[in-house]
Amino acid sequence: MSTKTVSHNKHVFDEKEVIHELKHFLPAQNPLKDFVHHNTLHAFQDMKFFEGIRRASEIFGYNVSLSLDEYRALYAQGRIREDVLDKILLEKFGASNVKNWKNKLVSETYEANFLPRIGNLRANWKKSYQIDLDSMVHPTLFRIICGFLDQGIAIWGFPEKDKGFLDSLKEMERNSYSSYFRGKRAKDLLLKTDCRIKDLLQILVGDESLYTQYLYDQQFAHQGWSGMVSAVEDFPETLLDSRKISLQDAITFELLLEIDAIDFHCGNNWSPLSQNLSDKPIDLFADVEETEVHKVLKIWQEAFEWTYYDEVLAGIKLKNATSKPAHELTFQAMFCIDDRECSIRRYLEQFDTSCETFGTPGFFGVEFFFQPEGGQFYTKVCPAPVTPKYLVKEKNEVAFKGVKLKKDLHFSKHSHSFYSGWLISQTLGFWSAVKLFGSIFRPSMSPATSSSFKHMDKHAGLTVQHTHHEQEENGLQVGFEINEMVDRVEGTLKSIGLVKDFAPIVYVVGHGASSVNNPHFAAYDCGACCGRAGSANARVLSEMANKPEVRTMLRERGIDIPDTTQFVGALHDTTRDEVAFFDEKLLSEANYANHLKYEKIFEKSLDYNAKERSRRFESIATNLTPAMIHEKIKIRSVSLFEPRPELNHATNALCIVGRRNLTKGLFLDRRSFLNSYDYSIDPEGKYLFNIMKAAAPVCGGINLEYYFSRVDNQKLGAGTKLPHNVMGLIGVANGIDGDLRPGLPSQMIEVHDPVRILFIVEHFPDVVLDTIKRLYATYEWFINEWVNLVVVNPETKELFSFQKGEFVPYNPLTKDLQKISDITPLLESTQDNFPVYLIGA
Amino acid sequence: MTQLLNYFILLPVFGFLISLLIPDKKETFISSVAFGTVGLHLVSAILFAISWFIKGCPTLNVKDIDVFRTTGYDFFVDLYLDKITIVYLLVGALLTFMVTIYSRYYLHREAGYKRFYNTILFFYVGYNVAIFSGNLETLFIGWEVLGLSSFLLIAFYRERYLPVKNAVKVFSIYRIGDVGLILAMWMSHHLWHENITFLKLNNFELVHEHLQSHSFIGVFISLMILITAAAKSAQLPFSSWLPRAMEGPTPSTAIFYGSLSVHLGVFLLMRTFSFWEQQTSVRILIGLLGLSTAIITTGIARVQSSVKSQIAYASISQIGLIFIEVALGFENLALFHFAGNAFLRTYQLLVSPSVASYLIREQFYNFSPHESSVEVSIFSKKLQNTFYILCTKEWNLDSFMYRLLWNPLKWGGNKLNFMTLRRVLIFFSVVYGVGLFCVHHKELISPTIQAYLPVTFATIGLIMVLKAFTERRRATMSWVLVVMNHFWIALAVSFNELFTFNQVYLYLSGVVVAGAFGFFCLRKLKSHENTIDLDQFHGHSYKHPKLAFLFLLACLGISGFPITPTFVGEDLIFTHIHENQIVLASFVSLSLIIDGLAIIRIYARVFIGPHTKSQHEVAYRSS
Repeated sequence: MSTKTVSHNKHVFDEKEVIHELKHFLPAQNPLKDFVHHNTLHAFQDMKFFEGIRRASEIFGYNVSLSLDEYRALYAQGRIREDVLDKILLEKFGASNVKNWKNKLVSETYEANFLPRIGNLRANWKKSYQIDLDSMVHPTLFRIICGFLDQGIAIWGFPEKDKGFLDSLKEMERNSYSSYFRGKRAKDLLLKTDCRIKDLLQILVGDESLYTQYLYDQQFAHQGWSGMVSAVEDFPETLLDSRKISLQDAITFELLLEIDAIDFHCGNNWSPLSQNLSDKPIDLFADVEETEVHKVLKIWQEAFEWTYYDEVLAGIKLKNATSKPAHELTFQAMFCIDDRECSIRRYLEQFDTSCETFGTPGFFGVEFFFQPEGGQFYTKVCPAPVTPKYLVKEKNEVAFKGVKLKKDLHFSKHSHSFYSGWLISQTLGFWSAVKLFGSIFRPSMSPATSSSFKHMDKHAGLTVQHTHHEQEENGLQVGFEINEMVDRVEGTLKSIGLVKDFAPIVYVVGHGASSVNNPHFAAYDCGACCGRAGSANARVLSEMANKPEVRTMLRERGIDIPDTTQFVGALHDTTRDEVAFFDEKLLSEANYANHLKYEKIFEKSLDYNAKERSRRFESIATNLTPAMIHEKIKIRSVSLFEPRPELNHATNALCIVGRRNLTKGLFLDRRSFLNSYDYSIDPEGKYLFNIMKAAAPVCGGINLEYYFSRVDNQKLGAGTKLPHNVMGLIGVANGIDGDLRPGLPSQMIEVHDPVRILFIVEHFPDVVLDTIKRLYATYEWFINEWVNLVVVNPETKELFSFQKGEFVPYNPLTKDLQKISDITPLLESTQDNFPVYLIGA
Repeated sequence: MTQLLNYFILLPVFGFLISLLIPDKKETFISSVAFGTVGLHLVSAILFAISWFIKGCPTLNVKDIDVFRTTGYDFFVDLYLDKITIVYLLVGALLTFMVTIYSRYYLHREAGYKRFYNTILFFYVGYNVAIFSGNLETLFIGWEVLGLSSFLLIAFYRERYLPVKNAVKVFSIYRIGDVGLILAMWMSHHLWHENITFLKLNNFELVHEHLQSHSFIGVFISLMILITAAAKSAQLPFSSWLPRAMEGPTPSTAIFYGSLSVHLGVFLLMRTFSFWEQQTSVRILIGLLGLSTAIITTGIARVQSSVKSQIAYASISQIGLIFIEVALGFENLALFHFAGNAFLRTYQLLVSPSVASYLIREQFYNFSPHESSVEVSIFSKKLQNTFYILCTKEWNLDSFMYRLLWNPLKWGGNKLNFMTLRRVLIFFSVVYGVGLFCVHHKELISPTIQAYLPVTFATIGLIMVLKAFTERRRATMSWVLVVMNHFWIALAVSFNELFTFNQVYLYLSGVVVAGAFGFFCLRKLKSHENTIDLDQFHGHSYKHPKLAFLFLLACLGISGFPITPTFVGEDLIFTHIHENQIVLASFVSLSLIIDGLAIIRIYARVFIGPHTKSQHEVAYRSS
């Protein structure tokens, strides 16, 4: 539903519609364990980017871009280039106005003080009634909702949780000697009436035309909890211990608490808010004019983005064509498109010039639920919007649960009770001191660590193949049929353009992350696997592709994988820079011997990758040897006191869909998602369609979440993580009475440059245009400019930029790029972002 | 060996002062100073403890400096060391040392990096002064430093609303404890006719003899000590401050509220044990307080669904048990329990962010939907619901404190809205003039009236400070009233007996200097920012950090913090209140409570909290 409809019928209050709209605007972040990146301002995506963020800012008071001073500083540092700025001004305002506008950009002062529209109506409680409603209602409300949704922190859980939220509260209020309410009226309203929101608003607000705004004001005073309630309502399965709650319930209860608080404060005789209102606040969703300062910020932002894009595009044009290695291929390796895999691929190719690497979303085209041995639940390992029909189980004869589930008594709830607490504090207490000492001076893996290698046991088997005596489980088919496997293997291989010239070993490398003391652990894992490690998927694809029956059928479909070729699953831990290979025992003798050699190449590459990453870390000297740095990187990942085990997607800015040739030899500083794709085997864009359908929301979502968390870390991000307190295992808050903090903590985004992602697709413009238009949900990202798009003509290398629905030729302003032969001195030089370099002699 | 005690105080003071001088951006330098100071302190403490042990654990005492001496009054710093000190020293040094190292990386790039280490070292100064103190006066110095550093650490994220609000809340509870301590000092001065050292309290006969003849005074002092200890250790009815103090970075939360700060109430009880040892009723009371705290807070801990508040309440409940142990006289057990609890809670808090991944994993493998807790098997459904609701509402402790403390004050203050700066000044000069005249010509006034005058003037002071506390509009007005309060107190006490004006000067000199200084700061700020009302937070430290710091110093000076002579003066003035003037004593102490609150309120409202100008990133009020 469009945001504009709200204003039309504002005089009639339609509860359902308002709540539906409200849910659309609330943060859509799932509980911690299912953290998936998404566009923070998704509710405005039906508008052009700059219009959407302008509205969001005016209505909700978000900062939506860097500040004018920050842009000017970037300009002064040369990180916004003058020629790029001039070009944009010229295109927008014509030659005669360039100077005038440039003056405005560089030196005009603008009144920066503004008040958002949200909250103005409800502010009258304080103004006219001298009552601080939020501080009377919020602590109780948060505590009750958190207690209800709690997944296992409380020892004594919510007494009534099988019914819905409001029904549970009714039951408790009815059957108790105490009450959450201070007075009688609210309690009676709850127990004796049907508590319609409209009736409660009648008591509180009085004027129907104000109801909608009142609810927005109310819910956006604590958008964290409201968003969580809304997310759990929409996806109840996201809580393992499920709860029935709806935003409607939560609002009803909050309105009751408000009535109760005002009763308590003013006695039973008070008139509704509308009666003491001098003038009505401006309609929340009224149009927002574009002012000059909006224009100025917009131009700065575009200039900032194109300064970087221009170099990258120049690089693609300038670099020499690298042909396929002449001699025989040693191995091929498939990685996730993740920007963190960008550099490890470069090192592999550097240390073994006869290998090839590919990038594809890290679930490798196999979508399923995964159930580890001993697990009570299924966990989804594919992109969030996909709902798989398959179940893959981990099978293990060895009782290894102990390894995965090592206990740590410090998390035991016994220490919180009366007598066992007495014993524990006098015994374990002293052990804590020893442990603390150890974890400060010699950090090591502990049960508290969240490690990607725990996702799936290396030695366990997987039920990849469906056998008919295994029945369905909860509506899911256990394993895949052969033809289903063939479809998936074919799809994955064709989409990355790997249909011939197979090397003897093809590695399929998923990725995950390790960290400790990190409630946002799921955000560090593979986004294409729904915030899990990609190990199971890598293994499943390998097993499928190794099956002779699958190979036979693939040959019929034009993919001839030689019998000597074997696929090997693997997992790259991006925090520790370690790789684990799976089922390497199944390799043929010759392949196994080679594998041992390649393993060394992986190890070397990982050392160098660690070194490259370390340049961003203050605590590691980047000029040490790669092996020494790697050790430090590993220690870092298990250090309790390290709030930045890795920097995740920070600095991401590009998504390149094309052959590796397009980018090989360019130094992109780990800023690019790389999706392999060969236009020549996909003339109609069939595979491209699938790639774009997934890449736009996934990469765009990651990029925009970083963007918004960076430009307004307080309202759109989670603020610094240092004071965070884990609430009910579902979210984090500051202190004990605070609202949940969705978005990313400052430690994740501080080095990020807020630029929209640039998609670079290697194909012919008309095919690309046709492809992205096929599905509006995908097209919306591009046409509304939430991401940028440039197409590279694969034959001529001409560039075309997507502007207002069509492709227009683009000629980079950058004519020359610096060439470097060895990047090591560069890496050791600075912590900041690098420009694009050509690598090679 | 005795002389080494000084070293244990001076080392952290020295480290703290150096840390103040380092530029903001020098993270490594700042943390190295903290690391060096606390590390050296730890090594010295260990070596000292070993040699002390070899020498047979002697009790050490050194009378350090005479701060002020006059006939019948001697304010001196006294240091003392025994088993209790040693245990607190070792635990404190070890934990602080580990946390300084921990925070070195943890706080990297945080805007308040320097401020954090300054405050930690400041805290450490206060902690050491408190645990080495040999008399109540010295203890009080440490106590004040601890209270202030707590305030600063809770409000570490001063640009957000809740930390500042909670910091003020916690400060107000601490303030109750402070005044308890002042009253205990006052009465004990009358009991012993000197500033008695803890060493002398060990003399069983001496204590016995004094208590025999003054059993009421004995009970009064013990009660004041208990209130102070209960406030600091978050026992009933003060418990609800502890979880709310957990607003700062996790490591500071861990050592302050998980371990060291919160166990100082226990320390105070152990330190004064020989005084109340012979008062059975007091011992029973302490035991009962501990027991009821332990029971109630265990219940509250069990329903907490946020990890830090759960640890906080669990810790309070253990401290309740320690209170019982102390009351029973099991000193060694209590010390052992303290150390264990301190280590355990520190570690639990430090790893608390891991609870998410750990418990979710555990849930994933071990979940059983029908798990039920003890309560289900004990209580009927109705009782379950009742207790659950009560526990989530923390037995209304928080709102109880609010209603008990703030509401009457607000109500009273709101009655005084007619007061304006001009009227107040005129009133002050007239009435004060009359008051001064009366002091100098006591012979003209009948003794009956004279007897009422102290209370009258104290009441005026109290009203003024009440107005200061509730003033919504002008910060300067509030400030002036706060300054005046001290004058009223001085006047009130002047009627009591003839003491030299030197003492009054001693008391008021600090007030005048700090008052003028603070006034100047507010004026200066006003010239930059136009309005500085007290109706909301302004967060001016964002743009005027230096002015904020200077004003903080003025606040400290005026609230009797041990940086100006007012500190000694305050104690001295109190000694001139006779032991039978309970009303006067309670009025004066009440006005000192509110005075402190009003001062911290001015500082909080004007300088910290969310910045009023919204061009900066401003967090939600609820976050």
